[in-house]
Amino acid sequence: MDKNRLKSLLRELTVPVLAILAGFLVGTIFIIAAGKSPAQAYGYFFLYVFGDFAKFGETLVSTTPLILTGLSIALAFRCGLFNIGVEGQYLISQAASAWAGFFFTMPAWLPPVVQGFVHPLLAMVVGMVAAGLYAGIVGILKAYRGVHEVINSIMLNWAGLYFTHWLLMTQMKEKGSSATPRIQETADLVQGLIPGSRLHVGIFIALFVAFLVWVFLWKTPAGYEIRAVGFAPGAAEYAGINVKKNIIMAMVLSGALTGLAASIQTLGLARKFYEPGGFAGFGFDGIAVALVGRNHPVGVVLAAFLFGALDRGGQGMQAGADVPKTVMWVVQGVVIFFVAAEGLWKFLKNRRSKKEAKTA
Amino acid sequence: MITIIATVLASTLRAATPLLLVALGGTFSERSGVVNIALEGIMLVGAWFAVYGSFLTGSPLIGLLMAAMAGALIASLHAVASVKFHADQTVSGTAINLLASGFTEFFMVKVWGGQSPSVKAFGSFLGLNWFIYIAFALTIVSWYVLFYTPWGLRLRAVGEHPRAAETVGVSVSKMRYWGVLLSGLLAGIGGASLSIGLVSGFSSGMTAGRGFIGIAAMIFGKWNPLGAMAACLLFGLANALGTVLQIQGINVPYEFLVMAPYVVTMLALAGVVGRSTAPAASGVPYDKSH
Repeated sequence: MDKNRLKSLLRELTVPVLAILAGFLVGTIFIIAAGKSPAQAYGYFFLYVFGDFAKFGETLVSTTPLILTGLSIALAFRCGLFNIGVEGQYLISQAASAWAGFFFTMPAWLPPVVQGFVHPLLAMVVGMVAAGLYAGIVGILKAYRGVHEVINSIMLNWAGLYFTHWLLMTQMKEKGSSATPRIQETADLVQGLIPGSRLHVGIFIALFVAFLVWVFLWKTPAGYEIRAVGFAPGAAEYAGINVKKNIIMAMVLSGALTGLAASIQTLGLARKFYEPGGFAGFGFDGIAVALVGRNHPVGVVLAAFLFGALDRGGQGMQAGADVPKTVMWVVQGVVIFFVAAEGLWKFLKNRRSKKEAKTA
Repeated sequence: MITIIATVLASTLRAATPLLLVALGGTFSERSGVVNIALEGIMLVGAWFAVYGSFLTGSPLIGLLMAAMAGALIASLHAVASVKFHADQTVSGTAINLLASGFTEFFMVKVWGGQSPSVKAFGSFLGLNWFIYIAFALTIVSWYVLFYTPWGLRLRAVGEHPRAAETVGVSVSKMRYWGVLLSGLLAGIGGASLSIGLVSGFSSGMTAGRGFIGIAAMIFGKWNPLGAMAACLLFGLANALGTVLQIQGINVPYEFLVMAPYVVTMLALAGVVGRSTAPAASGVPYDKSH
């Protein structure tokens, strides 16, 4: 890597790293406010994240969906779109994938290995299509009616919450429970990659998809068009790029990535769709992941691991040191806030260089 | 039949009140050019402080004041981020929403060891909670201030065309700070109307999307307090009908009535039902030096 690239990489990293430090600083204040010892709390934090293979496996379980929702939001950002509708798309895909998981039966003449490959794939495609189309509504309304994607995404989050609730309660649930039937075993994503943890093959799917997103955005004409629209829609239009088509395409792809996250969670962990009672939260965390990861697949994977660790470490702090895990939500909020307030860092830097200029 | 109608009307007003307060807040913020989706979180913090104030002093009025001040305080974070540091307003709003849920959960456990106790709440006048009167009075005041005072004109001007406003000597950042602070104040009161109005205690995540419906009502009401009022009454009616029909044993899927505000807002924005257009500079940071 030549010197200039290294320099620009370091510059890219400054804001996220400072934001993460600020987040932990505030988190520490809250731990002290709760009357607990930060040393003990962070001890349990690291024990739960890295303690042994099984615990590390669980950290990766928490990381998996965040890689995909982070990619989903990063891809939309690259097209200049803020997909804040991930929560709703996630629910839609959960319902759709669970349905595909229990409704379809693999023909018996297929060898079990093939069944265990085809059925999850089918369920993932169903989930991705459902969530992709749901997100596509936002894209179409933005492209053809000029409606800002943020408002429609928020509306569809809540509409999705109630719609999937209705679907579950009236159409899909098993009698006497508030969940769908368990998906058929042929649709399961294999668990047990690390004994003692629920780690499933989803982590490899997520990492592979991160690679695919990188290839798509930086090595294909279609990805180039999406980035061009995000960079300068006016110039892209002038250069003959169909802006409307790309907006819709970016939303659909973004929704599909979220759909994959939900499918993987459903097929690998819950194995049914149950009463959500609210949003899963991967969408809001995904915003943080995309921002901290600078909307780049490599950054997203690293940031997803960080936020997966926050999730697991927060549970550890609660279980071991009796610190409410809500402290980690505060940490996340602070991180997002400081990444967003990029102007703050420029402001501080300018002030420092002005001061230096004065003293010199 | 008459009792049913009366029940529906009363519960429409009850459901509309918190939404209306948030919608008024959103109107001030967006009219000044700052998108504020943090209102959901601000409302939640307001709800918490209202209970805390009433819990400490036994006076719901103190609770209300604390809720309003806490709302304005949290909103000032959003104001500084978006006005001074040109942050992406949606991202900053999302961060504040996360902070708000973490903060309220944390202090709910810390102060009360779990769910809050039942505290003294606002009573009723002529069978309707005081907050209903407060909300509708504030609607009229907001409408008058926004459209019939020089201050309102300046606020709207920086939201439509900040450069032109700056040229004639209006401080864009000052007006935007006002807009966002007022939005926090009103959303804080909106939170109080839930926790020491509709009920008398705080429970985790109790706003349950009402902040976002308030924002929807603001849009559906075309960024006008009177329009927002009409929208909130309509949304409140959908909610009230859902409850009443269920009690009457009439089987209308409850979920579709609750979904209605969101869907209607999307239709309004798409131009299917009327046409809603946001203030021109809403969501765009203003940089003097450009």
